Amino acid sequence: MKPIVPKKNEPIRIGYYICHCGTNIAGMVDVEAVAKYVATLPNVAISRNYKYMCSDPGQELIQQDIREHRLNRIVVEACSPLLHELTFRKATEAAGLNPFYVQMVNTREHNSWVHTDRTEATRKAMALARAAIQRVPHHKPLEVKKVPVNPNVLIVGGGIAGIHAALTLANAGKMVYLVDKEATIGGHMAMFDKTFPTLDCAMCVLSPKMAAVGSHPNIHLWTYSEVAKVDGYVGNFNITVRRKPRYILEDLCTGCQECVDACVFKEPKFPDKFNLGLGKRKPVFLPFAQAIPPVVMIDPEVCLNFKRGKNPDGTHTVSDKCKKTCVQACGDRKAIDFKQTEEFKNITVGTIIMATGFQIFDAKRTPFYGYGVYPNVYNALEIERIINASGPTEGELIMRNGQRPKKVAIVHCVGSRDENTNRWCSRVCCLYSLKLAHLIKEHTNAEVYNFYIDMRTPGKSMEEFYNRIAEEGMHLIRGKVADVYPDPNNGATGRLVVQAEDTLTNKILKIPVDMVVLGVGLEPQPDSENLRRQFNLSCSSEGWFLERHPKLAPVNTFTDGIFLAGCCQGPKDIPDSVAQAGAAASEAFALIDKGHVEQEPNTAYILADECSGCKSCIPLCPYTAITFDEERKKAIINEALCKGCGTCVAACPSGSIVQNLFEDEEIFSEIDGVLAPVPV
Amino acid sequence: MTNQTKPSASGETWTPRIVAFFCNWCTYTAADLAGVSRMKHAANARVIRLMCSGRVDPQFIVEALAKGADGVLIGGCHPNDCHYVEGNYKCLRRYQMLKRMIADMGIEPERLRLEWISAAEGEKVKRVINEMTETLTQLGPLGLPQKFDEWDREMEHFAEHVAAREAATGSACPEHGGKPQTLETAHA
Ligand code: FES
Repeated sequence: MKPIVPKKNEPIRIGYYICHCGTNIAGMVDVEAVAKYVATLPNVAISRNYKYMCSDPGQELIQQDIREHRLNRIVVEACSPLLHELTFRKATEAAGLNPFYVQMVNTREHNSWVHTDRTEATRKAMALARAAIQRVPHHKPLEVKKVPVNPNVLIVGGGIAGIHAALTLANAGKMVYLVDKEATIGGHMAMFDKTFPTLDCAMCVLSPKMAAVGSHPNIHLWTYSEVAKVDGYVGNFNITVRRKPRYILEDLCTGCQECVDACVFKEPKFPDKFNLGLGKRKPVFLPFAQAIPPVVMIDPEVCLNFKRGKNPDGTHTVSDKCKKTCVQACGDRKAIDFKQTEEFKNITVGTIIMATGFQIFDAKRTPFYGYGVYPNVYNALEIERIINASGPTEGELIMRNGQRPKKVAIVHCVGSRDENTNRWCSRVCCLYSLKLAHLIKEHTNAEVYNFYIDMRTPGKSMEEFYNRIAEEGMHLIRGKVADVYPDPNNGATGRLVVQAEDTLTNKILKIPVDMVVLGVGLEPQPDSENLRRQFNLSCSSEGWFLERHPKLAPVNTFTDGIFLAGCCQGPKDIPDSVAQAGAAASEAFALIDKGHVEQEPNTAYILADECSGCKSCIPLCPYTAITFDEERKKAIINEALCKGCGTCVAACPSGSIVQNLFEDEEIFSEIDGVLAPVPV
Repeated sequence: MTNQTKPSASGETWTPRIVAFFCNWCTYTAADLAGVSRMKHAANARVIRLMCSGRVDPQFIVEALAKGADGVLIGGCHPNDCHYVEGNYKCLRRYQMLKRMIADMGIEPERLRLEWISAAEGEKVKRVINEMTETLTQLGPLGLPQKFDEWDREMEHFAEHVAAREAATGSACPEHGGKPQTLETAHA
């Protein structure tokens, strides 16, 4: 198709189209009246209403009109431009007209969906239409800028989502930087015992993937590391990663753990984070048996060599006051380095995948359940560790008092679906609570009571799983637990009473139990706010990272080139996290494979003849895109650096800066347009 | 939610008109979210999309008021969240200056409002537009275009008056003896 280049002084011929969007728009806006009104406006050659403008016939309608009526401007009044602007630009371009002659009017999201009075909505649709009709004559033909995409990918977070995304991309031949703030990858999944609904062992399916990450030639794995700085834009992000000191040289450590055996602490003494403090470790330790990388680390807070050299300001100097039996044990491998300091790595990547996961709800925030007060109240993750064969009790379900429970209550929805804590459903708690019920029964043959608000088991094979567990003889009680308190008859033994109203029989139940398990919900990571700022993302009001579109762009973000995977976007189970990670990886891959991104040509430029050389724009630019030509005494904008915010344009006292797509005349004519009188 | 209406002197119902400048990344998206979530609100605002609140030229606001808006709303990302680092701070400074300026011009400062609304705050879009509609309804029409017409007419009368005097006495001003300077109205 030969591009239609409008001749100078050629009269403006606008094609106007208002979409019914089924009844989404036409149900609230009198689309015919709007089209009739627009037909009376200057420069309008064609004014139509049509059922679905975004459909193929809708787009063809525009293309045909462009040819037949020699249209040179297009206005589509339909949904948000963030949704379909590209569709109509493409359609217009295919008909040979420059795509930037198109203007969209958002009459669905901003009008028909939010108003209830048909006259008001019709009036608004007319006003918005008029603004666009007055705007488009000022539009200029523009060209999209192409920016190359660096093929490397940064993945933040090494839980199952990050691992899956990393392997997908690395197997496709892309270089991946996988950064995790913990000393090992694996995330929460590594802490689980079995997974629902199949009841297969979590580590058995996870550890081969972890090992594959550790040995993959295309993956740079940086654990115990954090992203310190993010600069740049899609295609070219400059990232600084802070690698915290673990006092072990990763390349030299073989993971033999002879240093752990040789440590002057003969017995493990310090709370072990991986086992949630239920087990003990030494100052030098491997986070857990299958940790990747299989490298030990030293905790300077408790290692004698550091501790004895602790400075008043909290820093450590190597004291030489410990026998350093670990160093002797390490011998020629020389992997221990007490002088290690944090290290900064600079990398350039084209795309980023956020897979930073979740944290569990802190049950201390619901004090009536007694978590942290009564030793026999546990959260679900603690039970995962206790029940796990490599956990602190080697898989024996033993309580803090050394006994095995005979009666166990599992409380669903702790910190979920609750006005006072978190309002959302965490999606996995009903299912993992059923799973724990099964495992507890299997391990101890205890009586298990599950207290639920509603039993929520959506997803493939989940309802069947629920039925299976129910048939195993669990007590399933529909009722929210109101209180957990020490058994007045059996106080000294640590027995507890769980009080709830059974909403099916309307009876208040008081059930004495030995152990209470709290089915805690999922929450955004505590540092998600910082990450959000750092990566320029948006968060939902709950704090989960916001996807670009809840249905149509669930792994994209509002920042081009950054994608979401796993629970950082919202609670989900393992299969969904993996599916989303695959989707995020393929979105990244699609960008890399294409090799370039197209950028909105909304950059600013200077009309040199008009620039008075006052320099007021120069300090305003956050990208230092504006420089000053001392010889000519004029400001110059480097188009490659300009991101198109328009701040300098608004500040220029002589009006000599122009922003493409948002020129002053364009905005002024929109202002006049929305305020012009309309006939209804 | 219905519109705030108030009968005007001419007997027709008057309802305030708000021109809203929303930044593409946060507030415009929030308004889209309000739509997707069907959060019903007053139909008085007309949104103009800009890439950043930093693009809001004070002249846009003056123009909107001069062309008949009863109020102007600016929506941008929260502090530290601007897609372009700090455009919203630039906007804030201009807003504060403008607020003083319009007050000096005899326009109630409440007619100009700046709000930080993130992409997730559809609810806030609804609330702010409803509140502002309410406030403007209380304040009544600003009616700058009509005022401009009135001032024009006054100027004409004045000019006629002066011309008549000139014809009678041969000089308009006893001291300078020259013609009166024509005053340009703001919207000319
Ligand atoms: S992008 Fe929203 S205020 Fe700058």
